[in-house]
Amino acid sequence: MRTICALAGVVIKELYRRKDFYVLFVITIIICLVMGSMNVFNDNEIVRYIKDIALLLIWISSLVIAITATARQIPAEKENRTLLPLLAKPLTRTQLILGKFFGCWAVCGLMLVCFYLFFGLLSATREHQWPLLHYLQAASLHWVMLGVVISFTLLGSLVFAAPSSTSTICFVVAAGILLVGRYLDRIALSLSEPWRSIVYAIYYAMPHLEFFDMRNLIIHDWPLVEWKYIGLAVLYGFAYIVVFLAAACLAFRRKPVN
Amino acid sequence: MPGFSTQARKLTVTAARTYFLALAAFFILAFGLAADLGPRLQAIESAHPRYDNFYGILLGDSRDLFANQFFVEADVYYHSGYYPTIFDQTKAFETPHIAADTGDVASHNQGEETTFMGPPRDWIDAFGRHFVPDRHTHLDEGGPTDDLSKSHEVAEILPWLKIAAELDPENIQTYVVTAFWLRTRLNQPGEALEVLRSGLRNNPGNPELLFELGRVYFENYHNIPRAREIWEAGVRMLKQQVAAEPAGARNDFDNRFLLDQLESNLGQLEEQAGNFNAAIAHWRLAKTVSPSPAAIQKHIDELTQKPWIPPGSPFPR
Repeated sequence: MRTICALAGVVIKELYRRKDFYVLFVITIIICLVMGSMNVFNDNEIVRYIKDIALLLIWISSLVIAITATARQIPAEKENRTLLPLLAKPLTRTQLILGKFFGCWAVCGLMLVCFYLFFGLLSATREHQWPLLHYLQAASLHWVMLGVVISFTLLGSLVFAAPSSTSTICFVVAAGILLVGRYLDRIALSLSEPWRSIVYAIYYAMPHLEFFDMRNLIIHDWPLVEWKYIGLAVLYGFAYIVVFLAAACLAFRRKPVN
Repeated sequence: MPGFSTQARKLTVTAARTYFLALAAFFILAFGLAADLGPRLQAIESAHPRYDNFYGILLGDSRDLFANQFFVEADVYYHSGYYPTIFDQTKAFETPHIAADTGDVASHNQGEETTFMGPPRDWIDAFGRHFVPDRHTHLDEGGPTDDLSKSHEVAEILPWLKIAAELDPENIQTYVVTAFWLRTRLNQPGEALEVLRSGLRNNPGNPELLFELGRVYFENYHNIPRAREIWEAGVRMLKQQVAAEPAGARNDFDNRFLLDQLESNLGQLEEQAGNFNAAIAHWRLAKTVSPSPAAIQKHIDELTQKPWIPPGSPFPR
């Protein structure tokens, strides 16, 4: 465990030195402030459109950072010829994968803390309230969702040829699941066999990332989701993380490192 | 340059000259492009009045699509996010409820608006519904909290309506809906007047805008002569519009609905002014286009049975 934590610490240090997060964070702040400065019939309490835009930018930024940061982890080690020395130390391939995963996931967690803090401050300037439990639910589900994305990106980085192709494919898959994943069963109904069965199989097998998207509830001030459903969603996310990490470990075990 | 070899100095001088020449070439290219595009842009603007603002030039005809999307987004906000997608049954949402609830726009909605999701199809669908809005509410009725003291939160739809109006200044519904919510729930009749005037500048003589403008004067400012003048102008413009439309393109349902609204409101206005004969004349015209003529006939009968009251005296309630 200490080895995994040490490796994760290295990943965190590497990622906070990169400029991706700072650039996306500043862009998010600027866009939100510009939209917030719009005069809407002299009403200073209108806030939901700003929350909507802010959360959309936070989701896009977090997906971009999670996928691009994870996709280059192992290929970069290979390219810099540091993978062999790493594995020559008392470090198994499984520990390497887990260390990379926990490092990227921890970075995403820190990033989400910054983003949601900004979001809370932005909302409070107009709403004059702090629905902290709502934000806690939204941020925790968001973080679990990023864990699933990071784990399948890590698997992708071992399967696909280059970090650029891994990033593109993972981004398209994640966006596709978030946008139409919920409706795949209805799309399947309109298809003929064997496509219907194939689409149904994908519908049941894929991780439903939309479970972790509470944006509409936060934007429109819906009541809290019952904690038991939050807990079940977290367990659902963890199950997929375990599956993807196990697959990544298997793929990495068979992969030549030189 | 001290510390550099002769060759290095030569290379540096050559590079600087290249950059300067490249900069000059880009400047000439930019100037040439501006000189070429300027007259073309002016020609487009004069040939197509729709392209006379920033969005028109930037987006062209696609701005109508964006405007429509933002108008629908306002309706999504009105329902606090509980809204059908293209994969759901949308018959109950064909006319956005923010427009239908104004009374100015004919509703084409059918079916049950509260159950467009239907029963859960499987455990994934059932579980997913815990993380999305799952109940039909309207913001002016308190939204998800059902707290009527929060009905002013209907103001949250306004940013999208404002953007939609800027993108497509010819969409009448946007002005009508914005003005309605401003003057009714948000108690800002002055802002509503400004919105409608802006709509009339872009769409001169539009009967729907005139109808809503008349409502502002009648219901908010209680200015009966001004409201009468505007509504009568609305009826005239509507008749001209109907006459000018080609027979196949006539939208009878919407035109009849608007005429019904104009005549019914004129009838009410004349009753309030004590002009019962004029009121009866307007109600009779309304009856010819109303979907419920029996109710209007009943009202006319009530008016005709009342004792004669001199014009200008208050109508007995």
